[in-house]
Amino acid sequence: MADLPHDTDPQLPPAEVADVMPPHAHSWWSHYVFSQDAKYIAIQYSGTAIAIGLVGLVLSWLMRLQLGFPGIFDFITPDAYYQFITMHGMIMVVYLLTAVFLGGFGNYLIPLMVGARDMVFPFVNMLSFWIYLLAVLVLVASFFAPGGPTGAGWTLYPPQAILSGTPGGAQSGIILMLVSLILFIIGFTMGGLNYVVTVLQARTRGMTMMRLPLTVWGIFTATVMALLAFPALLVAAIMMLFDRLLGTSFFMPALVELGETLSYGGGSPIAFQHLFWFFGHPEVYIVALPAFGIVSDLLAVHARKNVFGYRMMVWAIVGIGALSFIVWAHHMYVSGMHPYFGFFFATTTLIIAVPTAIKVYNWVLTLWKGDIHLTLPMLFALGFIVTFVNGGLTGLFLGNVVVDVPLSDTMFVVAHFHMVMGVAPIMVILGAIYHWYPLMTGRMLNQAMGHFHFWITFIGAYAIFFPMHYVGLVGVPRRYYEIGEPAFMTTPVEGLNAFITVAALTVGAAQMVFLFNLYWSSRHGRVAGSNPWKATTLEWLTPVVPPEHGNWGDDLPLVYRWAYDYSLPGAPEDYIVQTDPGPKAPTAGPL
Amino acid sequence: MTVILTFLAMIAGIAGWWLSRQGLMSKPWLESVGPLPQTEPSHPPPYRLGTAVLLAVIGGLFAMLGSAFVMQIDETPWQLAPLPNLVWLNTGLLVLSSLALHFASRDDGQGRQIWLIVGSVTAVGFLLGQLQIWTTLTQNGYELSGAPAASFFYLITGLHGLHILGGLVALGWVWLRLSQTDERTDREAPIGLCALYWHGLLVIWLLLLALLLGLGNEFLALCRSALT
Repeated sequence: MADLPHDTDPQLPPAEVADVMPPHAHSWWSHYVFSQDAKYIAIQYSGTAIAIGLVGLVLSWLMRLQLGFPGIFDFITPDAYYQFITMHGMIMVVYLLTAVFLGGFGNYLIPLMVGARDMVFPFVNMLSFWIYLLAVLVLVASFFAPGGPTGAGWTLYPPQAILSGTPGGAQSGIILMLVSLILFIIGFTMGGLNYVVTVLQARTRGMTMMRLPLTVWGIFTATVMALLAFPALLVAAIMMLFDRLLGTSFFMPALVELGETLSYGGGSPIAFQHLFWFFGHPEVYIVALPAFGIVSDLLAVHARKNVFGYRMMVWAIVGIGALSFIVWAHHMYVSGMHPYFGFFFATTTLIIAVPTAIKVYNWVLTLWKGDIHLTLPMLFALGFIVTFVNGGLTGLFLGNVVVDVPLSDTMFVVAHFHMVMGVAPIMVILGAIYHWYPLMTGRMLNQAMGHFHFWITFIGAYAIFFPMHYVGLVGVPRRYYEIGEPAFMTTPVEGLNAFITVAALTVGAAQMVFLFNLYWSSRHGRVAGSNPWKATTLEWLTPVVPPEHGNWGDDLPLVYRWAYDYSLPGAPEDYIVQTDPGPKAPTAGPL
Repeated sequence: MTVILTFLAMIAGIAGWWLSRQGLMSKPWLESVGPLPQTEPSHPPPYRLGTAVLLAVIGGLFAMLGSAFVMQIDETPWQLAPLPNLVWLNTGLLVLSSLALHFASRDDGQGRQIWLIVGSVTAVGFLLGQLQIWTTLTQNGYELSGAPAASFFYLITGLHGLHILGGLVALGWVWLRLSQTDERTDREAPIGLCALYWHGLLVIWLLLLALLLGLGNEFLALCRSALT
């Protein structure tokens, strides 16, 4: 490491942390494979997450084939179906969404947006990725283990998760899943330490917390939450592993299985549910907060307008982060809890809708009278808002005990959380990739393929999940391999189920076009140049695009203004970058 | 979940204090252009802050374990394992270890080596003592695979011991690095980081010990009755 020359201008506040060039790569291996550069680590994280996400996508196809056309595909046995459900859920929530938002966008954008040369602990950052990769490989290994992966459902509820009646319960499937989760959490903690300390300590001069883009606020708050919530899952995974391997009974009551009394006794399955959801609900916002932040930036850039209510947006992010730790038991209304607890958690669940609604209003007001460019990132951002509102509204219904109890085990819940936690964040991830791809590669993504991708994905997602709400309302239970023709259901749903399956296959196929676009445009896409979207934030202001090692050349950028000076009256252009030292509004008249 | 919620309330207090100093009431769209003067005191250096954040995460981990422990107190049969007196000697060793590392971080001269040796030996002594307690408890019929109350003891002390072991590995690495450099003090005082980590694990151990001895049961019962 070498100290860089410092700006000695006495007008400037002193740098908090010495400007030190991060370690240079000395070989091909340390440059491209064991890289300590956050930008490479981001791409490694995202590539791995997308690869395992494709496995999750294929699993969802297989599930839908069984539900849409039961009895046709012999290889989808009941055991296999439960394994598909379990692995699809866990892969998508933990190994794809969390990894892409924090490991991918967090690594790429935090140092660039705060004006740092890299993360503060580059070596630990590199370890974070490799442990994540190991976690993914252990997870994948369970597909090839005797008995296959676990089929316990993505929530892994005991006691069934480790009993012989559940696929992978008595074999190695559940063990590999738990080991993989433990590895993931260790790896994430290493990355998370980096993200938090980098935002706190490595911001360039002039970059106060209130000048940070909302993307950084979202990722920062989500990381703090994840660092506090993942230990709950870690504890649950370790305890269940003990139960499965060492014969303890942390979560295991006295049991009789197939006429045989097991050696377990004295444990509490409900304790697992508390631990799991103490992680599980913050996890929703660990995914959502980065999405909230990113979508705010996409809207501001592509509507050429400052984010409406920036200050309130920051407060809302922090408020949601705090409140998300006291709503967990709304996932457990059917577990037989004390009625007053149900009342308490229903109340907190409704309260958390307030800061969330503030954000939605502010996004819409950001668009109000904006110079809206219907670019691909903007289309995906708009798709997110609509989808998030849809999913959020059904969440308000389900937050109430009396509504949740009858709907809890139906496809209505599946439709709800896919809208709010599946489709909505994916819309943001896709929009963000369309937005920042030019920065990462120096080329624009192909527009025609992009529009095809957006419309199929957007309309297709609604074709899948709108009917699924209805299917749930008429009584179709979730997690059933086959429902046949039960007496309690008077409305046939075979046709709808087949329709949903065709839509799911189509939307999945459209993602292949997107992946092809990523590859094709990196070679043949239009050259983007620097700052193609005319954005104000620091990541677009590097001396070279894509940014090189150390990001900023000889001198770190100096920040003179907040992140959203768009369309200022009297300004020569409709944006003023954060490093512009000029007056706030050069010739501004009365507003 | 009383334990973890109490812990999180503490973290929220610290976060709230820090946020209150970040100008959250400011209106950045109106402020005059230019880098802001530095009105706030400097933050701790990155490695120190990183260690503090790590300790908060580890604290969260043990608070979750504490919550899981407390949640199951009502389950039957629930009988805390009677701890042998050795546990007090072990606790004394950990206190000594923490103090020794504290002095090592303050001493730039020859004394540092001595304090480091004292700190390491007492930490290893603590770990060996914990293993001896495991043996004693197993011989007394409180096995790992027995009732959850006993299982918790092994799980909690085992995870805590693993963190001490990890600390010893880090301390060994720091020691090696310092012996290879002529600088009397490193830029970020890595032994100070080890001392901070040790203090954190000591505090966690004292709280866990209170839990394992059943000292907090009455307080927890009061909290639970207030909640229900």
